[in-house]
Amino acid sequence: MAAPLDDFITAAAAALELPLQPAWIPAVKANLEVSLRLANLVAEFELPDAAEPAPIYRA
Amino acid sequence: MADSWSSSSDIAKAVAAGQVSATDVTEAALARIGKLNPALNAFTAVTAARARAQAKKVDAADKSKLPLAGVPFAVKNLFDVEGIPTVAGSKINRAHKPAQKDSPLIARLEAAGAVLVGALNMGEYAYDFTGENVHDGPSRNPHDLTRMSGGSSGGSGSAVGGGLVPLALGSDTNGSIRVPSSLCGIFGLKPTYGRLSRANSFPFVASLDHLGPFARAVRDLALSYDVMQGFDAEDAACVDRGIEPTLPSLDKGISGLRIVTAGGYFKKGASAEALSALDAVAKALGAATEIEIPEAARARAAAYVITTTEGAALHLGRLRQQAGDFDPAVRDRLIAGAMVPATLVVKAQNFRRWYRDRVLDLFKDCDAVLAPATPVTAPKLGQVTFTLDGVELPVRANMGIYTQPISFIGLPVVAVPVPLKPLPLAVQIICAPWREDIALRIACALEQMGVCAAPRPNL
Repeated sequence: MAAPLDDFITAAAAALELPLQPAWIPAVKANLEVSLRLANLVAEFELPDAAEPAPIYRA
Repeated sequence: MADSWSSSSDIAKAVAAGQVSATDVTEAALARIGKLNPALNAFTAVTAARARAQAKKVDAADKSKLPLAGVPFAVKNLFDVEGIPTVAGSKINRAHKPAQKDSPLIARLEAAGAVLVGALNMGEYAYDFTGENVHDGPSRNPHDLTRMSGGSSGGSGSAVGGGLVPLALGSDTNGSIRVPSSLCGIFGLKPTYGRLSRANSFPFVASLDHLGPFARAVRDLALSYDVMQGFDAEDAACVDRGIEPTLPSLDKGISGLRIVTAGGYFKKGASAEALSALDAVAKALGAATEIEIPEAARARAAAYVITTTEGAALHLGRLRQQAGDFDPAVRDRLIAGAMVPATLVVKAQNFRRWYRDRVLDLFKDCDAVLAPATPVTAPKLGQVTFTLDGVELPVRANMGIYTQPISFIGLPVVAVPVPLKPLPLAVQIICAPWREDIALRIACALEQMGVCAAPRPNL
């Protein structure tokens, strides 16, 4: 997992035109790992196809 | 009479009765800020000339029509204050032009007689739970200057908890009102999503941003909240709903209210202090039933994902042009947020609808749910990690584990401080949408029972 995520970060920074300095990469990677882990925790939860977000959310 | 620990309602009464002038109250607040701010670092700007001018206006007005006559207040520095740049805790925004007009919440408080005395320190761009700021230095906890005030509205917690002002405004995206309330031992209200206008404030996460007040007395939350209500088309999320005053029912007590405690996720990882605070509040309210809020961990995860991606989208241009001017910790989180695939963000928003419906079902059988506001009391300044449930985790991202699943669906919450020794910790009173009145009523009952109070620090 380590090397592909490094490659992804480099490619995503280029695609997004973000001036990523080599010294920032370990912290960016650590944050991205947490975000992807949490995002996948949500994504693996099965929802019906009809479950849509609201354009403007109402509590 | 009014002193530095007086409540807003007592100050307003004293000013209205002619026992003290708004000018005298304002001068006393400015003097106290001058004396204590060097230690607390709560204020980033003091608007002394403006405050004196407003106090003079209040002194000349019919004060019977001003429910906040002469009450000094301050705002987190992401609120627009006419004439000064809205820095939002950043270095980058210092180059912005001065704000053209005040936030409508400031305008509404001043129309009620309150006196703005300054702008308050905060974590950079509100992406923070510590109250630390690399540009301005940390705002400090009034109960222990070596400890965190909590973020991101750290200056608000520090200023109210330290007795510099009786009232402050802050923002809460994931817990930024409730976390400083807990760490600094004061009351905080995060209203329903869409209730108070966010116009003319610097945003963070449009899906989750809320604004609200801090105070040392529940009545002050109700008083300020009632005058800040009202539709504002300038905020796309603001709901066109009539003003629903909370003051008339504040003293009704808890009779007839069904109050329960959140178990499971909301107890896992809680320190002995957090459990003790929760227990004290639950016992006082007779909240013997424990419920499970379904999928709270996933809700927190979804809030985290929406926050990091919407925050990244907001700051994308600045990350491209001025990455070196950010707080490095904020910059690295935002860059990572920019790289999260959009499919996963949509999933998080879809989950939000599902989760909201499940949680609203719970309110068919109860009127309020109790949960700790923070897992621990105030950590030391500079502390990077803490241990929750045997796992070492970053403080900055995890102080809000109990607040995030609640603001995620915009429920109203009053954070009530339990004056534990040596450091306080707050409990959340969580209600159904638009039922701020119930949360405030319960908070008021706890205050009257002496279970919850803002402890006075030795400063």
